[in-house]
Amino acid sequence: MDQTVINILNGLSSGLLLFMLSSGLTLIFSMMGVLNFAHAGFYMLGAYVGYASSRIVGFWPALAVAPVVVGALGAVFERLCLRRVHRYGHVPELLVTFGLSYLILELVQVVWGRAPVAFDPPAVLAQPAFTLVQSAATGLSVVLGHADAATCAHAACTTFPATRAFMMLVALLMLLALWLLLRHTRVGLVIQAALTHPEMAEALGHNVPRVFMLVFGAGCALAGLAGVIGGTTFVTEPSMAAAIGPILFVVVVVGGTGSLVGAFVGALLIGLLQTVPLTVDKSLVDAASALGWHVSTDSAAYPLMKLTLAQVAPILPYLLLVLILILRPRGLFGTRE
Amino acid sequence: MTDVAERVAHARAAASPARVALELRDVRKRFGKTEIIRGATLAVNAGERVAIIGPNGAGKSTLFNLVSGRFAPSSGEILLDGQRIDGMAPHRINRLGLARSFQVSNLFARLSVFENLRCAVLWSLGYRYAFWRFLSDLRDANERAEELLAMLHLERRRDALAMNLTYAEQRALEIGLTIAGGASVVLLDEPTAGMSKSETRRFVQLIRDVTVGRTLLTVEHDMGVVFGLADRIAVLVYGEVIAFDTPEAVRADPRVQEAYLGSVLARTQAEEA
Amino acid sequence: MTGDVFHFRPYNVGRWAVWGGYGLLLLVAPLVFSSSLSQTLLSQMGIAIIGCLAYNMLLGQGGMLSFGHAVYSGLGAFLTIHALNRVGAGTLHLPVGLLPLVGGATGLVFAALFGFVTTRKSGTTFAMITLGIGELVASMSLMLPEFFGGEAGVSSNRVVPPAVMGISFGPQIQVYYLIASYCFVCTGLMFAFTRTPLGRMLNAVRDNPERVAFIGYDTQRVRWFAFMISGLFMGIAGGLGAINFELATAEVVGAQRSGAYLLFTYLGGATAFFGPIIGGVLMVLATVVLSELTKAWLLYLGLAFMVMVMFAPAGVAGLVLANLRLAAFGKLRPMLRWYGGLVVAGGIAFFGASMMIEMLYHLQLNEALGPVMKFCGFPVNVRNPVAWMAALTQVLSGGLAFELVRRRVVVQWEAAQADIERELKRREAA
Repeated sequence: MDQTVINILNGLSSGLLLFMLSSGLTLIFSMMGVLNFAHAGFYMLGAYVGYASSRIVGFWPALAVAPVVVGALGAVFERLCLRRVHRYGHVPELLVTFGLSYLILELVQVVWGRAPVAFDPPAVLAQPAFTLVQSAATGLSVVLGHADAATCAHAACTTFPATRAFMMLVALLMLLALWLLLRHTRVGLVIQAALTHPEMAEALGHNVPRVFMLVFGAGCALAGLAGVIGGTTFVTEPSMAAAIGPILFVVVVVGGTGSLVGAFVGALLIGLLQTVPLTVDKSLVDAASALGWHVSTDSAAYPLMKLTLAQVAPILPYLLLVLILILRPRGLFGTRE
Repeated sequence: MTDVAERVAHARAAASPARVALELRDVRKRFGKTEIIRGATLAVNAGERVAIIGPNGAGKSTLFNLVSGRFAPSSGEILLDGQRIDGMAPHRINRLGLARSFQVSNLFARLSVFENLRCAVLWSLGYRYAFWRFLSDLRDANERAEELLAMLHLERRRDALAMNLTYAEQRALEIGLTIAGGASVVLLDEPTAGMSKSETRRFVQLIRDVTVGRTLLTVEHDMGVVFGLADRIAVLVYGEVIAFDTPEAVRADPRVQEAYLGSVLARTQAEEA
Repeated sequence: MTGDVFHFRPYNVGRWAVWGGYGLLLLVAPLVFSSSLSQTLLSQMGIAIIGCLAYNMLLGQGGMLSFGHAVYSGLGAFLTIHALNRVGAGTLHLPVGLLPLVGGATGLVFAALFGFVTTRKSGTTFAMITLGIGELVASMSLMLPEFFGGEAGVSSNRVVPPAVMGISFGPQIQVYYLIASYCFVCTGLMFAFTRTPLGRMLNAVRDNPERVAFIGYDTQRVRWFAFMISGLFMGIAGGLGAINFELATAEVVGAQRSGAYLLFTYLGGATAFFGPIIGGVLMVLATVVLSELTKAWLLYLGLAFMVMVMFAPAGVAGLVLANLRLAAFGKLRPMLRWYGGLVVAGGIAFFGASMMIEMLYHLQLNEALGPVMKFCGFPVNVRNPVAWMAALTQVLSGGLAFELVRRRVVVQWEAAQADIERELKRREAA
């Protein structure tokens, strides 16, 4: 039982991390029509910049510094490159971000090397947030921080890392801030206007190119923030962008392009889908034998059926993608093509 | 074809027993909470030329979008030659014999004028998704495209890319694409928009020439064009057809005058006050 | 400089000359470049040309951006290599020379399957879906070692006795001619496709998918059929690759390979038919030769790609055609001296920039080898600030000169274009 709870929490926290990323992507896509292929790259950049600045000013300031730096870099890119291809259409915009993803990967490797770097969380986050103690005697109980060795000798203890809890907290705060910004501020209103009627918004005196630059920068800053947290929770290494990039797009398609609510639900769904099955060591062969069929090792389908759910977990999001495309092509909450 | 010959052909077509080519029955369309089309009912006879007029925002383009299949109506029925077409995919409706043009020219920008026209005739000539025959060998498609080219007076621009044409040329090609497939019901969405007087006159003649024997439904703002071209006029106001009659009857209809002139009257009254 | 596409129109005699020349080139190349490295490169180029042409069927002709197209060539490679093993074991009786068709059939089937779902959407959504399916297949490749051979992949032997007329496919030159034959035929077939109703409707779908429906065609069907045909040729390319390398690993279905097709087809030029041919050649030169010359090759590639997208979206082929147009109107000669200036200034800036990049890479990756690295034959001490200053100066001065010359070039270019437009109008009116 405790394992299940921890697993679900792990899935939720991964999902919330994905949401931090997919919200930035959705924002950029909704406002500018640009699919930022380099978004995962900015995530990675956030982790590395966070690592570098945490070594100078400490973790907590780095949490503020990294997103700002990454956001600024994003804004510069928008100004120099994206703006230039804007008039050619959406495909060249996508392509230029595609090229950027190569660039970011190479630059990160040249500056910090090809091996993972030790981006360790600060002491307060380096411990468990709480421990679930499952014992035959007292059932399920929660202990903040560590549970002492004595208790764990007689019961099953599973910890939930503070870094993950912090990730969830930041993601939820970010969601709140986004909602407040878009609904209750003038900036948010302008952004919403520029979304559907950029020429009109420009005619009214708002500097739409500048809005675009800010939106792109903001989206990248969100990715950078996610990067700092992700980098310290997981591993900071050059392959982290490629690991999360494709999943990000699955989230956006499943949730529905252009919808923040879709990004949220899609992210949680995918996060859970990636993590929860990891604990299931059963395969279709097992399921078949539970029903009384015996699948022989020579049968053509055996290699496929012997895969446990845990082994198949990485491709489940992609299977969901295909399913959604067949059953509900515009995504769960999609409003636009 | 000459003016006289054209008028004869048209009258002959109109004289045959009236068959309803296109019918709308209480068609409604809602976008979110706003109802744009609120119960439009219309019956257009085969071979007839109907103009749809109405103040801006009345829903004329939306109506076209509903009939041509771009959107599905929220409720109501649309029938083409007696067959229900509401909710059908645009390409299916087109194959049943209904074609439309667009207010903003919707051409194949990077293909030449000739290629544009040839593409438009391929399906109706039965070539489907063929990848085992060369386009240059399709004699009927090429001849038809040449005919259209001549009809549209675009021979000199045969190999120009569609995106390099002048505005009037693009509008002509737009009409060409619409009628190329031999559709029996043709919808033209503001075909003369943005044209000068002389261009408009030539264009109306072109429209007459290419729609002989076909049913025409056109959205127009230019009253000269409307009264010169249309057999009957439908007046669309706030998503409803408030009048559908001969031009003279419509001109005299007090409701129509109210809808068009009401705003003018109100303004003059306010100025006098 | 996006203007209209200049259609190079050599009719009849010209057409025979072009195709004859192409065939001759394919025939003669390995005899001119006869080292074993050259033959290897030429073989790979033949394969890459088929792949890029097939990819461009979607990108340039159909306006469909696919991020996961290596799936079709990769699966084709795997099925071909399994077939090759079976041929070698005697359980399958097919001549080795026909095995790439097995790859083709594989590509066709999977493109039909995946394509049905993928082509329901267009634009950026289509791109994301192809990415997802690409990742799906790439992930599965590690889960099914029985078919994909796990980390080591599946290997085979292309020499299957008896040798027919001395052709055993043992020597590389024989494999090259097999590839060259397929390359010539496939290029011809794909070119013919552009002249068919489906090919032309594919262009129409690219230009205006909405209007296509209003002239009677189902847009999705057009895309799906084109997707399948593209998959067929990708599969053939994959099959040839399997025979050439006698190996198929998970990398052939991977994201890197898919990205490479996109990158190089675009670099070669997506708007002209022969652009991907250039792209295929560049692909092999970059991945095999450039990667040996410098560790920073991916960086250069990324930069080159971005520069192309921003300044020359029609690719190398587009630049060639634009200049041919200038030449056709006699306007090329005066531009040449300005191009020369661009090349010199750009060359200096690039030299300096690449020196700095190489020094950076050396610092990061080759520390153990000491501070001295070789750059274009010269020893350079990366810890010496003089070297950095020299490089920086070159970049700045070259860059400044480049910008100045570029502005002049733009002015000259616009003037030439205006002249050409006037001339065209004059000819039309006459």
